[in-house]
Amino acid sequence: MSTESIKMNNWHESARSFRVATWLGWQIESNWTEPFLFMIYAIARPVASALILVFMYMVIAQGGMGHPLFAYIYLGNAFYIYVASVMIGISWTVTDDREHYGILKYIYAAPIQVYFYLLGRGVAKTLTATVAVVITLAFGMLVLRIPYDFLAMNHALFWATFFLGLGALALMGILLAGVALITARHSGFIGEAVAGALYLFCGAVFPLDVLPQPLQYIGLSLPLTYWLEGLRRAVLRESISPLLAPISNEIILVILLGATLVLGLASLGFYRWCEHRAKEKGLIDMQTMY
Amino acid sequence: MSQRFAIQTEGLGRVYQLKRKRGETAPKTLVALEGVDSEVKQGELFGLLGPNGAGKTTLIKILTTLLLPTSGRALVDGIDIVQDPQEVRRRINMVSGGETCGYGLLTVEENLWMFTQFYGLTDRVARERINEMLEVVGLSDRRKTKSHFLSTGMKQKMNFARGFLNDPQILFLDEPTLGLDVQTSRVLRDFVKRWVRERPGKTLLLTTHYMAEADELCDRVAIIDKGKILACDTPANLKRRLQRASIFKLQTTPLEMSNRFSDLPGVSKFIEHQRNGHTELNFILENENVLVKILDAVQAGGGHLLSLEKREPTLEDVFIDLVGRGFGDEETPLEVEK
Repeated sequence: MSTESIKMNNWHESARSFRVATWLGWQIESNWTEPFLFMIYAIARPVASALILVFMYMVIAQGGMGHPLFAYIYLGNAFYIYVASVMIGISWTVTDDREHYGILKYIYAAPIQVYFYLLGRGVAKTLTATVAVVITLAFGMLVLRIPYDFLAMNHALFWATFFLGLGALALMGILLAGVALITARHSGFIGEAVAGALYLFCGAVFPLDVLPQPLQYIGLSLPLTYWLEGLRRAVLRESISPLLAPISNEIILVILLGATLVLGLASLGFYRWCEHRAKEKGLIDMQTMY
Repeated sequence: MSQRFAIQTEGLGRVYQLKRKRGETAPKTLVALEGVDSEVKQGELFGLLGPNGAGKTTLIKILTTLLLPTSGRALVDGIDIVQDPQEVRRRINMVSGGETCGYGLLTVEENLWMFTQFYGLTDRVARERINEMLEVVGLSDRRKTKSHFLSTGMKQKMNFARGFLNDPQILFLDEPTLGLDVQTSRVLRDFVKRWVRERPGKTLLLTTHYMAEADELCDRVAIIDKGKILACDTPANLKRRLQRASIFKLQTTPLEMSNRFSDLPGVSKFIEHQRNGHTELNFILENENVLVKILDAVQAGGGHLLSLEKREPTLEDVFIDLVGRGFGDEETPLEVEK
């Protein structure tokens, strides 16, 4: 077979892996209950988690919802919904397909491009997360009277940051999927643990400046820190963090782009290595949880 | 490895590293396959016959690119399974029996459609194949049922149907009728036979521990035990090994010290089972005259003969002759302390 036809095959396989996985992800995401219950769940969950944050803030800050810090916190918390959904959603695919549905080995024995399959499975998670983010932000604006002005925001910065960040999240999901592939047991908890750790370090609910200095360095090394900072700057048109404020919008984007590219290469290499290890150890069809 | 075979293995081996138990210092390994040399011709229905734990599934996993061998080499349709697994996957499919896999939230038709898309089938071909296979496995009326609501047997049938959707060049069936009822098993066996016969050049590798299945379906059978292929030939030729032997099955009242039979001259192989309150004895004898001595020994052991049957050799007898035990008398694969 010529190099050209191999490339063509790979391209077709990548495209259909992504397409079918997107369809499958949506079926799984939306079919687990009645449409009405699904709607309730889609609205109630983000609103409930937003309210937890609001009440915590009210107790700690003794009111003060008009303070710019509240808009900062609320926005970061709203967009953090993507982190858990996209990253855990993609990595959980491995655990779910292998342990719950017992089908990972058949998917692996088919001529698909697993990398694109995993990304496709993340699309439905991204869509449902988008609904949750929009509802959370709408709740903030309409009920809590947070003065976000999405029409007047820096659109170029917002959309460039938004899509780069989503890409980075998906690639981090692939990295975690690799980990899930080689840790047959308990792999379901890895995504949650990482998402929890990132919540602390990337400035989702408080500026990085409040962390001890060694921990600030961890935050500064995470692409999610720049993602949230870029989104906040685009919407709020200012930076509240003295640590990040000196960095220009352009540099924020360059860092995010660079980090996404590095993550892309790292996730591809790491996932391949994990796949090789899983085949060495016979883990592709290992069922341990059910 | 110059001539093109559908499947070819050379010194193929697989050793698993086992976790050490508390207090154990030496690492343990489990030999699942050892130096397997085999050649399966294109268009052949080839059987791998062996007891549980013999290494059949491990071999299939390696050939379907799910598991890496620890030694040796394997080619599928002339392609090295380690060097170019993606090219191998374009030509194969596999079904493991006894499995109830599938996305429970999808209907039977959706589960199958999804796989046709993974294999790049056009929508028209996909629909035709799905219809045909649902007809074969008797699930046509369940096509719109979510697979979560299917019985275990129905899920197995759906999985069986999935294996044929891409009309693969080489199909691997790992115990496809495991756990299915007699009628369904017969239907699936008939289809398997027809599938190979009607599609010249298509190859099917079947693993089973049902002798009758291997005997009925396979052009050639390899008998495998403890990761090694012990014999490989047509079922008729394998049974011909025992052409001169006499094979008897005796049922007696419970016997004590029945192992005395193995010392009798003329007894080639002897297997004993305790079943339902009586003793079942299977003998491969050099000639029929030895039977008299056996009956004497039964009587001397305080037993009474309940039934006596002389049989034509089966593949299980060949296995007994080769290994010295029956399929029911399973042993775990070889564990070695390093």
